[in-house]
Amino acid sequence: MTEPLVKPKKKNPVLRTRLATLPPVPRSRTALGLTRAAAEGVFEMQVCADCGTVQYPPREVCGSCLSEHLAWKPVDNRGELIATTTLRHSNDLYFRERLPWRVGTVKMAAGPSVVAHVHEDCAEGGSVRLTLKLDRSGQAVLHALPEKDTPNMNDAPQLRESTCDPKFRRVLVTDGKSATGMAVAKAMLEAGANAVFLGDASTWKTVPAFDKLVASDPRLQVVELDVTDTDSVDRLAASIGGKVEILVNTADYLRDGGILNRKDVNLARDAMEVNVLGLMRLAQAFGPGMCFRAADGSNNAVAWVNILSIHAHAALPARGAWSASKAAALSLSHTLRAELRGAGVRVMNVFPGPVDEEWEQLTPPPKIAPSGLAKAIVKGLQDGVEDLYVGDIAEELRTRLRENHKAVERELGQ
Amino acid sequence: MSTPILAQFMAELLSGRVKLVDLTQTLTPEFPIIQLPPEFGQAWPFRIEEISRYDERGPAWYWNNFSMSEHTGTHFDAPIHWISGKDQPDNAVDSIPVENFIASACVIDVSAECAENPDFLLTVEYVKAWEEKHGRIPERAWVLMRTDWSKRAMPKEYLNMAEDGAHSPGPDAEVVPWLIQERNVHGFGTESVGTDAGQAHHLNPPYPCHYFMHGNNRYGLQCLTNLDLLPPQGAVIFAAPLKIRNGSGSPLRVLALTPTV
Amino acid sequence: MSAATSPAASAAPAGKRRGYDGVAVTVPVTIPYVRYSTRSAHWWLGRALAELIRGAGIAKGEVDGVCVSSFTLGPDTAVGLMQHLGMSPRWLDHIPMGGASGVVALRRAARAVQAGDADVIACIAGDTNHVDSFRNTVSQFSRFAQDAVYPYGAGGPNASFALLTDYYMKHYGASREDFGKLCVAQRDNALKNPHALMKKPLTLQQYLDARPITDPIHLFDCVMPCAGAEGYLVMSEERARALKLPYARVRSTIERHNAFPEDPIQFRGGWAMDKDALYEHAGVAPADVDFLETYDDYPVINAMQFEDLGFCAKGEVAGFIRANEFTIDGSFPFNTSGGQLSVGQAGAAGGYLGFVQALRQLTGGAGRTQVKDAKIGVVSGFGMINYDRGLCSGAAILERGATQGEAA
Repeated sequence: MTEPLVKPKKKNPVLRTRLATLPPVPRSRTALGLTRAAAEGVFEMQVCADCGTVQYPPREVCGSCLSEHLAWKPVDNRGELIATTTLRHSNDLYFRERLPWRVGTVKMAAGPSVVAHVHEDCAEGGSVRLTLKLDRSGQAVLHALPEKDTPNMNDAPQLRESTCDPKFRRVLVTDGKSATGMAVAKAMLEAGANAVFLGDASTWKTVPAFDKLVASDPRLQVVELDVTDTDSVDRLAASIGGKVEILVNTADYLRDGGILNRKDVNLARDAMEVNVLGLMRLAQAFGPGMCFRAADGSNNAVAWVNILSIHAHAALPARGAWSASKAAALSLSHTLRAELRGAGVRVMNVFPGPVDEEWEQLTPPPKIAPSGLAKAIVKGLQDGVEDLYVGDIAEELRTRLRENHKAVERELGQ
Repeated sequence: MSTPILAQFMAELLSGRVKLVDLTQTLTPEFPIIQLPPEFGQAWPFRIEEISRYDERGPAWYWNNFSMSEHTGTHFDAPIHWISGKDQPDNAVDSIPVENFIASACVIDVSAECAENPDFLLTVEYVKAWEEKHGRIPERAWVLMRTDWSKRAMPKEYLNMAEDGAHSPGPDAEVVPWLIQERNVHGFGTESVGTDAGQAHHLNPPYPCHYFMHGNNRYGLQCLTNLDLLPPQGAVIFAAPLKIRNGSGSPLRVLALTPTV
Repeated sequence: MSAATSPAASAAPAGKRRGYDGVAVTVPVTIPYVRYSTRSAHWWLGRALAELIRGAGIAKGEVDGVCVSSFTLGPDTAVGLMQHLGMSPRWLDHIPMGGASGVVALRRAARAVQAGDADVIACIAGDTNHVDSFRNTVSQFSRFAQDAVYPYGAGGPNASFALLTDYYMKHYGASREDFGKLCVAQRDNALKNPHALMKKPLTLQQYLDARPITDPIHLFDCVMPCAGAEGYLVMSEERARALKLPYARVRSTIERHNAFPEDPIQFRGGWAMDKDALYEHAGVAPADVDFLETYDDYPVINAMQFEDLGFCAKGEVAGFIRANEFTIDGSFPFNTSGGQLSVGQAGAAGGYLGFVQALRQLTGGAGRTQVKDAKIGVVSGFGMINYDRGLCSGAAILERGATQGEAA
């Protein structure tokens, strides 16, 4: 059974910090289908549309009937662990630093045999379930996990490499005073975070629920942070940048309004200031420090979370400026992801549907409770996904966008 | 051709018998701005982004871009700022006659009262009592209300927000028209974030200082500091807003000339 | 030699195969291996070709066919190498089959000589080994390896063979002691081979006590990557006799690729599909074989070849190993050069090592490694762990043609 993770000691400031290395990056373009599935937290492989053969490794044509019709589909993730080995030597720097490393061959119920990382609680010859996860390079890898969850399973060092579990990590919630920010802070504490820094952009404003939250747990620490103020962001990064292992950007500026029903771009500009440039300021201030600490022990810096919106993918004309800012933030997140990938810091984008908070007062249900959104974010980090769709509306829009994005555009515009 | 008066003024200034006092708050991103209900558009706070600092962005020079509203930091309110002043002549910062940028000042010290009561309102009676002690307010003079608000902790004590909004001192609804009609003042200045009291939306009319001053083509100054360094009477204020076309106000440097003897 | 037991799996040839009548395989050449080389693959291959020409006593232009195998020749192929070496062959092949290259090159070259497409074919394999060559080769080995193996610990072939060794040991009864016995015997043989990089004796205890690399693979289960080249000539028997060259004849050959894809993990190679056809075509039985040269990148693959080439039944390898001695003068002379495990693995030349050694045995040129009265030898090849298993397998049954004394 997995030994529970020990709470990391305070950093020894006179020891050199281990720099980040990455597991092997190159993949064929087709194999990036696995990366897509892992990023979304689903278990999919290519399935031949003609003969049904499950393909692995990913192929261009069916290895059984030569059909070109290979579709990525969910497949049975169960299998038998027929062989294992423990690497005590590796050709790769990343693995050399993490030896010993267990891998094995799993004969899948769906057909193929796969080579996978093997969890320490998996017995050779026994049943396992496979999951697709993103490794530190951001590429998909298979992890063989015990058939059923075991105690402290997520604490296994190998699994922790492919996940972003908040346990024993320190989290910055950039707007800790919003309903979502407070919920995220609570969820992080419940998930075992060592500390949660709550950003406060309006220290002059008294919010009783915030005060009550802050008083509830000594791990919470209020920090002044206004993402529209470069100086504020820089000052905070200079103060706690070396301690932030997960950054959750909850700062959001949501106001109604499209284009023609206003005479100015002020609200749009305010939205851009918070939702786009705020993200950029945070990234410039906190990104380098997180990259520096991306391999720093068991509480290394692992994840950057952007709370976007399903409307980053499809504008809601009634909130046109806000939608545009979310789309811009989504675009920016891809750049950030590319820039953080070199260190292995994951960017998780969260795409919720409407959240049940004050600026969504007039939005009809279903709406996601902030606590539900926060729990989904924690689970997303624990699972190590990259794209997280939260709530029925987000899921529905996502599906419909794949089916007919024009229909979505027309209907959201009504 | 020499101008003896200005020469004499410069001599007084250089000798130290006339002192310059800076009544301006430093523009910083964290300096508080007036908070409107969140569904309204908000005045931009002061924001600054470095363009270069002797670095790869500009090897030999340092400069910044900044942004803010017309009503950020220590700033001037022009009559056009308020609906009551919208039809006044020469009511915007670019059209105000430049002579109006220099005026004498009366400083009414209500700091003791404000320490007791953040909602302190200046009344006609209070001003009359002040005049008895310090002399009549001269024509076309700034009336500056010294509250020591500028010494409060930023931003929380300064904005002093409660569940029912901001609590800060200002003039009541009677004293403003009285100052205009009876004393023909130049304008009204405060240390807090607005010329009106924090709770002035409950007065009749709401925001009387804005309403009456601008409705009578007078001016406002707010977010002032160092009023405690000025005499009750005798200081001269130099307050020239930026020349923004049709501007409703402007951040500015407010300087006071005061006698030292 | 022990008797063969046929497993069920075998593939009947589609039609009657022609023999290799009139084909001579000659001039075994080894360019002595070094651990690391600052030379390029072109140097090693060029040296092998030069040694073949010198050994045959012919002019460079008389070599009108070339067959090349190399991992480190990139970005060149055999084509670029011809310009590099100033060759104008009328027949050229490039065989990227790693450990099966030596046998497969023979198959291609022998048919070309029989058909008259070429008269003298130089088969050469060689690789350099810079300090980073091995890592580069392993990390870019194949698409499936890149997509589905290397990201899992980047263990290279050690990891892949560890998995199938683990499976094989659990299901087919071989122990580390069994593998160790083979390694120790190979080291004994290597001590008689001046080309072998391993010069120190190895005891079973040392083998067992070695540090683990990738469980259950330990240090002496692994080959040492090095630089080197091997080569041989294929020509007609008439030509070989005219040149007074000792040579071997070809009784039969097989090759197979991606055999048994349905096996969940590799526990047998393609030989198991083709061995009956091999012996039938050759007209010999396993019991007739005087020595065996296998592809031995890991001991487990030796064990599989014993079974799949019919020297013992599947699952009986432990008994077979315990019942035999594998030294040059033992009951089952095996990997008489010392094999890759004791000579070194010079990239694609590793796929030629056993073949070239077999030629020496059958032409009386094996020196201190000579198996007495060796007349029939089996060479097998195995290569290319593309994903989870070796895909290429091949084997050749060679017989003594003319030895050094007879040829002269």
